Amino acid sequence: MPHTPAPETKSPRTPGADLPEHPDFLWRSPEPKKSYDVVIVGGGGHGLATAHYLAQNHGITNVAVLEKGWLAGGNMARNTTLIRSNYLWDESAGIYEHSLKLWEGLEEDLGYPILFSQRGVLNLAHTLQDVRDSVRRVEANRLNGIDAEWVEPDEVRKICPIVNTSTDIRYPVLGATYQPRAGIAKHDYVAWGFARRASEAGVDLIQDCEVTDFIREGNRVVGVRTTKGDIACGQVALASAGSTSVLTDKLGLRVPIQSHPLQALVSELLEPVHPTIVMSNAVHVYVSQAHKGELVMGAGVDSYNGYGQRGAFHIIERQMAAAVELFPVFARAHLLRTWGGIVDVTPDASPIVSKTPYDNVYLNCGWGTGGFKATPGVGWTFAHTIAHDEPHQYNAPFTLDRFVTGRLVDEHGAAAVAH
Amino acid sequence: MQLIECPWCGPREEIEFHYGGQAHVAYPQDPAALDDREWAEYLFFRDNPKGLFRERWSHAAGCRRWFNAERDTVTYQFTTVYAPQEKGTVTP
Ligand SMILES: Cc1cc2nc3c(=O)[nH]c(=O)nc-3n(C[C@H](O)[C@H](O)[C@H](O)COP(=O)(O)OP(=O)(O)OC[C@H]3O[C@@H](n4cnc5c(N)ncnc54)[C@H](O)[C@@H]3O)c2cc1C
Ligand SMILES: [Zn+2]
Repeated sequence: MPHTPAPETKSPRTPGADLPEHPDFLWRSPEPKKSYDVVIVGGGGHGLATAHYLAQNHGITNVAVLEKGWLAGGNMARNTTLIRSNYLWDESAGIYEHSLKLWEGLEEDLGYPILFSQRGVLNLAHTLQDVRDSVRRVEANRLNGIDAEWVEPDEVRKICPIVNTSTDIRYPVLGATYQPRAGIAKHDYVAWGFARRASEAGVDLIQDCEVTDFIREGNRVVGVRTTKGDIACGQVALASAGSTSVLTDKLGLRVPIQSHPLQALVSELLEPVHPTIVMSNAVHVYVSQAHKGELVMGAGVDSYNGYGQRGAFHIIERQMAAAVELFPVFARAHLLRTWGGIVDVTPDASPIVSKTPYDNVYLNCGWGTGGFKATPGVGWTFAHTIAHDEPHQYNAPFTLDRFVTGRLVDEHGAAAVAH
Repeated sequence: MQLIECPWCGPREEIEFHYGGQAHVAYPQDPAALDDREWAEYLFFRDNPKGLFRERWSHAAGCRRWFNAERDTVTYQFTTVYAPQEKGTVTP
């Protein structure tokens, strides 16, 4: 039988085919020296960004970043990468907007692709009270020079056509706040970009090196005990996110944080369907579409404390129910992968970036479910705090002692993920 | 989802319970005598151990009673549950 040639088919463009190749080694892997001017505990985004700005802005390069696992394998590798600055209070506007501006120039600064995509964020309102709170937040944002708009349901539909804006669902969409400059970035690339620059500048990035204790002399910490031996230091900066309490307990320093599991998940790769980021506090899900095409979804924290880097299954069930109600087109999408991180939650849902009762110990923690967006901003201001031994104007409000003085920065409403 | 043992109802699914944070945090005996630091400790500061933790749970969708539990915050496994007025056996 004669062979009939198969009809010419054009294979569809593979989503993500235009992503840059995975890079080769980007940083040196030195053995730790006996001593450093600054030891940063925790090689997540915050620790790496701090090291980069210590070198770049302050010329401080005799620095080690100590990471107990692999570089940026903690929350930095596990988050859903949403970046925005539409928080309520002036204090938050200061630091998150500073960070967003840095994101806008970060690719050039690092000389490395980070795939920052400013596709905007919709924060949905489902009740009259949601609407009022949202409008208030939009006004507060504008007074702080942050791009924010209130959009009605028909505009929500224009910005993100797949959102279910019908009025007969359990939590109808009554409108949304919209921040056009919000976006996502490729989290691993961000970490690698910072790591490469810091390493080039002379910072030692040391993996598999867990800090287990501190060597103290009066009000100073003169060294850290690690699984790779003792390392002396002039200053110590903690950037260990969900594990901070384990370290502060060793210092006899009480910090008002609770560690919780927070999980996220992704679908299989899909053609582009979801042009922006959509978050909903009331129905507890938020969604964006990654560069490659996965739907990336997150929900709230598990209610109980946990260091296990995994969350409870019922959270996923609720999150999926919410997602399918808001986005009926997702009903047939396959869930590919779920994972968890450990986030450190404070009583006012704002971070702690602060000096401590120790002369030379600095604390960065309490970013909870939302610290990825702060990565360049907190690196910048924390480096300033370490270099000058005094807070930068943007982290000055986020002291440890605000829980005693009562100057809380209550962001529960705008932190957007239930915690 | 794990089963949690209510001291009164027996094992029930996790979703029936509400978490109440650290156990044995007593209301101050003489509130007027507290300074700001002590109030902050009472209101905002809680232990956050990696390992065994004594905490409060309520069987919200069942008998609605509060009880205490000791749980491992790494494995999430409950080691003991006990009534609020009890001290509980301390796991060494
Ligand atoms: C599922 C999930 C979704 C999230 N989504 C978002 C989001 O969309 N947008 C957003 O802005 N934020 C988000 N976050 C929060 C964000 O990831 C964190 O706030 C932020 O990453 C915290 O800073 P970090 O990057 O330095 O932390 P991490 O990456 O966790 O870095 C801390 C590092 O310290 C190391 N460490 C801990 N103890 C020690 C020790 N003793 N010695 C040495 N090293 C140690 C850890 O191994 C870890 O690598 C999310 C988090 C999770 C878990
Ligand atoms: Zn019961």
